[in-house]
Amino acid sequence: MSTPAATARAEPQLRARRRRYSEDVVKGVLGLCALVSVATTVGIVIALFIPAFEFFQDISVVDFLTGTEWAPLFEPAHFGVLPLISGTLLVTAVAGALALPLGLGGAIYLSEYAGPRTRGVLKPALELLAGIPTIVFGYFALTFMTPLLRDIGIQVEVFNTLSAGIVMGVYLIPTVASLSEDAMGAVPRDLRDGAYALGSTKMQVATRVVVPAAVSGIIASFVLGISRAIGETMIVLVAMGQQPNLTLDPRAAAETMTAFIAATGAGDVPTGTLEYKTIFAVGATLFLMTFVMNIIAIRLVRKYREVYE
Amino acid sequence: MSRGLKGGLFQLALLFSLGVGFLMLGTLLVDVFKDGLPYLDKKLLTDPPSTDPEIAGARPAIIATLYLGGLLLLLTVPIGVFTAIYLEEYANKTRWYNRLLEINIQNLAAVPSIVYGILGLAFLVRGLGLGRVLLAGAMILTLLVLPTVIIASREAIRAIPDSIRQGAYALGATQWQVVSRQVLPAAIPGIATGSILALSRAIGETAPLILIGAVTYISFDPTILGPFTALPIQIFSFLRLPQEEFKLLAAASIIVLLGILITLNAFAIWIRNRYRRTW
Repeated sequence: MSTPAATARAEPQLRARRRRYSEDVVKGVLGLCALVSVATTVGIVIALFIPAFEFFQDISVVDFLTGTEWAPLFEPAHFGVLPLISGTLLVTAVAGALALPLGLGGAIYLSEYAGPRTRGVLKPALELLAGIPTIVFGYFALTFMTPLLRDIGIQVEVFNTLSAGIVMGVYLIPTVASLSEDAMGAVPRDLRDGAYALGSTKMQVATRVVVPAAVSGIIASFVLGISRAIGETMIVLVAMGQQPNLTLDPRAAAETMTAFIAATGAGDVPTGTLEYKTIFAVGATLFLMTFVMNIIAIRLVRKYREVYE
Repeated sequence: MSRGLKGGLFQLALLFSLGVGFLMLGTLLVDVFKDGLPYLDKKLLTDPPSTDPEIAGARPAIIATLYLGGLLLLLTVPIGVFTAIYLEEYANKTRWYNRLLEINIQNLAAVPSIVYGILGLAFLVRGLGLGRVLLAGAMILTLLVLPTVIIASREAIRAIPDSIRQGAYALGATQWQVVSRQVLPAAIPGIATGSILALSRAIGETAPLILIGAVTYISFDPTILGPFTALPIQIFSFLRLPQEEFKLLAAASIIVLLGILITLNAFAIWIRNRYRRTW
């Protein structure tokens, strides 16, 4: 190793002789734009949690989280959020039961079986499905799926969890499929070739090599799919109804957290009232639930990227 | 069971998984067109809504949706692209705050859209006192799709090989010269595709606009600083009305909305194919 002084003599000077302040200005402006997304998060937290905190000064957190009756506009009012959470989880369960296996199956097909030409047709079609607005799915659930279920002998109410859940499941297939397929695409070719060299069939390679190797990404796609189901508003608002209902019967009408927020926010609720603050208390609950799931999904995706890329 | 049969059944099951989605997509489109086509006429595009389904149209909502789209592009693209440039070209990724920024954007991309509506209600409509106006709706939709635009732009920028940058540096370019004259022009097709797809997602969003207060009866053409309704909201309003005819009117409005979205998507795909480059 030469001494620093010797290096300085031997090599040309690489630093600019004069600091270019315009470059600093550019970096500052770009950084400011990046701060917009930070401000958004801070804004969401302030917007949700300050009114929610005020709400919890009137209504105890325990009553809110354990109460089985949700009737904020009636006299006497009840503020038990469980019926909204049960409605949310029930429709999520129906949607997940459909979207997780079908999304995973579709991803395996796209990643392991489809040739380039088939993929060239299937992927845009999947993107088209993903690009359909949720209000359109809501319309479909209300005017097509519910009558269809009745025709095949399932006695559902006009508004019901089952048809909202089925249609939401279809809406989520592209989310689960494309994220899972990304994870499988990151699995190195060598692993597959090794398994083939040992005499595995295509199915064995897919189910015993590729899926286990991509499992963290697949779980991430499931978690993100469920998080989306919990946060979806329009399908449930249009097709599932607006009556809080603590039930496990998917044929009945029920209300989700999102549908309550939308229905209450659509009316002109006076600022500062307890009814107004319920929007934020329920919103904060919804945000926390999805936030935890999103962070889990982000970590899992990071994990498979670190292993394979 | 023989290996071949088992494998064949497995492949069939996989195809079935995708088939369910596409079958539903097809049924949905047929259902919408069957219901909506008879009501898809000039009056839907040129007349305001009414309590009488025979004369009701969706003109104010369609105009507002076009305004929203324009404002969105103006607001989202510069902020999104600049953020992406910062993260890809300038940020030191070993610093904790830059990592936090990345996780923050990934999380924002998955925050339920209704939560953005609450943000808009609390800060723009009530806090800033902007009121239930179109501009507030555009601003909230901007924040909603910003993560999508940032993520797409970052991918486009990352796809530019380093040799391009190093070549420019070797000729004595400053960092901003490298970015603005080499990296950005090469990344524009990818950025444009991502931005248009984000725009089409925003145009179909309903939930945040409900909280901004777009569910109102509007019979006049909207302005940027005035009350408004948008096409997805108009569909929602039609669906809430008791008469069956309004459901058909909703279907006709859905055809208009899908028409706008498919045009945007086709444009995005065209750009992607037209300017695709391999390095």
